[in-house]
Amino acid sequence: MARTAVLGRLNWKLGEVVELIDETPRVRSIILDVPEWTGHRAGQHVDVRLTAEDGYQAQRSYSIASPPDQNRLILTVERLSDGEASPYLVDELRQGDVIELRGPIGGYFVWEARIGGPLLLVAGGSGIVPLMAMLRHRAASGSTEPARLIYSSRSFEDIIFREELERLTARSDGVEVIHTLTRTQPPGWNGYARRIDARMLADTAFPPASRPVTYICGPTSFVEAASRALVLLGHEAKRIRTERFGPTGG
Amino acid sequence: MDETNLMVDGNAVAGVLGEVFVHEMTSARVACNGCGEIEPIGAEHAYVQAPGIVLRCCHCEEVLLVITQRGGRYLLGFKESRWLQIG
Repeated sequence: MARTAVLGRLNWKLGEVVELIDETPRVRSIILDVPEWTGHRAGQHVDVRLTAEDGYQAQRSYSIASPPDQNRLILTVERLSDGEASPYLVDELRQGDVIELRGPIGGYFVWEARIGGPLLLVAGGSGIVPLMAMLRHRAASGSTEPARLIYSSRSFEDIIFREELERLTARSDGVEVIHTLTRTQPPGWNGYARRIDARMLADTAFPPASRPVTYICGPTSFVEAASRALVLLGHEAKRIRTERFGPTGG
Repeated sequence: MDETNLMVDGNAVAGVLGEVFVHEMTSARVACNGCGEIEPIGAEHAYVQAPGIVLRCCHCEEVLLVITQRGGRYLLGFKESRWLQIG
């Protein structure tokens, strides 16, 4: 009886690194085989626990990038210069390594095809990761619910999943992506070149009357600015779900 | 550092709550004793940098829940939570 109760809770599992993909100079996708994985929902995260040789442990949360419709678990991690765990995960981890993780965790910041839309996604930097799981799930499930991603990156090179996003929009099944590049822009860039603000959201987001379901993810200050602007524009606060990374952004 | 930048969402507390509760807790709804608003824990404001975790109402910033843990023992203080609906 006690065993059943414990199994219902979060247990640490082992995941083997089967592939590593460099997404940008600072971001890497870690593709894991987790034999005990029981599935997840788009938007959920895992806790990763790293143990040093002297026994010191560091634990961090990372969003799941893979859709539920796929059997490999993908975590996409940004290296934070002052981070404890991310420099190891991005620079040191090798194929065949085994890491400890637990999850899936969370049930609030989650989108499933049956929730419907229109689906409005607002991402700052690596805040794209859980939103990408939603877009991937949308594509895999055959949903034609209109989806719009407004995505803020520092530079063109820092756009995570850029080519895959291009492919998703090229399917012409209702996905639109609007980029803004806040620090540097390539020559000839004719997109937005500033931080997300109310004016930009007024021009790019679904109108409040269409009652989109909205997910915003990124550094805390980014999420604050975007969610306040949307409420100011008349969007219902209760239809806006947020995931704040804290001060460092991932 | 600007203190508001330390704020994250109730989602960030999901792991610790998952150690204690059998149910998924970010979807659990909590009623604030301060302003009366009812929200899922995932929508509330969380401060996780302190030795303990503090969950505050996203409407009025009253302290809803404080969690501290030490040596496998958890202490949960339901400060201004009127009720918690789980499952």
